[in-house]
Amino acid sequence: MTASRRLPLLLIPAALFLLVVYVWPSLGLFRNAFNEVGPTGAMVEAWSLETWRTTLHDSFTIELTLNSLWLSTLSTLIALCLAYPVSLFLFRTDSRFRGLLAVVAIMPMLVSGVVRVFGWLAILGDRGLVNTTLQSLGLISSPLKLVFNWTGVTIGLAESIMPYMILALLAGFGRLDRTLEEAARSLGASPFRTFRRVTLPLSLPAIALAAGLGFVLSMSAYITPKLLGGGRVFVLATEIFEQATTNTNWPVAAVLAIYTLVLLLALLAASNLVARRLQR
Amino acid sequence: MTGAGRVLSGFAALVYALILAPIIVVVMLSFSADNFILFPPSGYSLRWFRQLAGNGPLLAALWLSVRIAAVVALLSLAVGVPAALALAKGRFAGKDALTGFFLAPLLLPTLITGLALLLFFSPLKLTATLPGLVLGHMTVTVPFVIRMMTTALANLPDDIEAAAATLGATPWRVVRRVTLPLAMPGLIACACLSFLLSFDETVISLFIAGPRASTLPVEMVRYVEGRTDPLIAALSVVLIIATLAVVLVVERLVGVARAVGK
Repeated sequence: MTASRRLPLLLIPAALFLLVVYVWPSLGLFRNAFNEVGPTGAMVEAWSLETWRTTLHDSFTIELTLNSLWLSTLSTLIALCLAYPVSLFLFRTDSRFRGLLAVVAIMPMLVSGVVRVFGWLAILGDRGLVNTTLQSLGLISSPLKLVFNWTGVTIGLAESIMPYMILALLAGFGRLDRTLEEAARSLGASPFRTFRRVTLPLSLPAIALAAGLGFVLSMSAYITPKLLGGGRVFVLATEIFEQATTNTNWPVAAVLAIYTLVLLLALLAASNLVARRLQR
Repeated sequence: MTGAGRVLSGFAALVYALILAPIIVVVMLSFSADNFILFPPSGYSLRWFRQLAGNGPLLAALWLSVRIAAVVALLSLAVGVPAALALAKGRFAGKDALTGFFLAPLLLPTLITGLALLLFFSPLKLTATLPGLVLGHMTVTVPFVIRMMTTALANLPDDIEAAAATLGATPWRVVRRVTLPLAMPGLIACACLSFLLSFDETVISLFIAGPRASTLPVEMVRYVEGRTDPLIAALSVVLIIATLAVVLVVERLVGVARAVGK
């Protein structure tokens, strides 16, 4: 049919758009990573590995990497422990409010990140909800330091990745069959044993995928570490932004960005591999 | 309900409280009468909403963001829907690879897209301009439109289009008179969500916005970095209400979980 032969022509505008605004800039980013930074701090056009060598050998880069990995691991674990029961609940409930409950669960996705960070400042700040409550109960005498440090960033990040993980878990629960759990129960297994031996193993692939997603999202998050960290939390994401905008040191920013991307791809591949292994 | 089921529901309720806490706190704080973040507020007033109405830079950024988001939504549909049509209805070699190519930007963290765009736009003097911000946001919305509309169009019944074609309609006429009207709820939902995506886009904007053209999220980040008073809470309430209105429209048309889930 002539129509279906001409259909691919409709791809041209989108393809041109992505080539100009996505592929070409990505190549430009790659190109920048091989430029050098001259003694004056200005960028020098080059094809050298000098920026790679100095940046990746820098002990600060190593510290940033460990910070990022640790922060992402912790946030992902916390988010997983909270998201898993909610997803299981949403998956099983036959409440007529199921749709509404699903929307509320992913609500943070729909509310600007800056707004939610502001909410956490009001909850965790020196004169915020948690500290005023604890102080009025007489449990603490001086406010706990909950924001502008790693604690605040971890809490904020865990909350911001949770909706994505809930969606990933819900999508991955497909194989979870209610009848298998009922069978285990009728054969005399306790609820806990049923969960541990039936529900949990069946949902492991979903967990691996959700964890991978949460990890990648927290590794590349910028707003939360920046605002809830109050300039005291340094991760790869904040450093890339800093180098690109404040220092205008583009080669270093490009090297760090590619380095982060490679880390993310490796982690994503690993989580996919684990998920596929578990599915068998 | 079984005991285990009750434990699960109870835990889910706790997590829901946690999810909603920042939003509820922001709403309460917006009516605060205090000069700074104090929770619970010592008194309630509308002063921060009045302050907001008089804050020139924030209102200017809000207006710029609205204009950018509207242009982004329209252009994303114009670029993305034809591609989605080809991917959903066409049968040609390399379709899967092309689909992958079109969706790839969704996988790239906006931190890296933002940096790439900064390096690309700077020599072209496109940073801190309206075209620059529109193009930047479209790197997020165009793949989103393609993904959402490919699913929506593929789910349309083929036989109505086939019937129109056998009755002598030209392919273009079939698209215009049958396919697009059938896909209309999806198209409107897609435009709404593209608008929201662009309106909310923070990281890419932080890279390429400047003093001459600054979007609302960028101004909000700068405000929160510099000072902490309930003004941003008042602004947040306005944004939350506007977002909810848009989400409600989308929910009516296609269902939010389906729209953002797949």
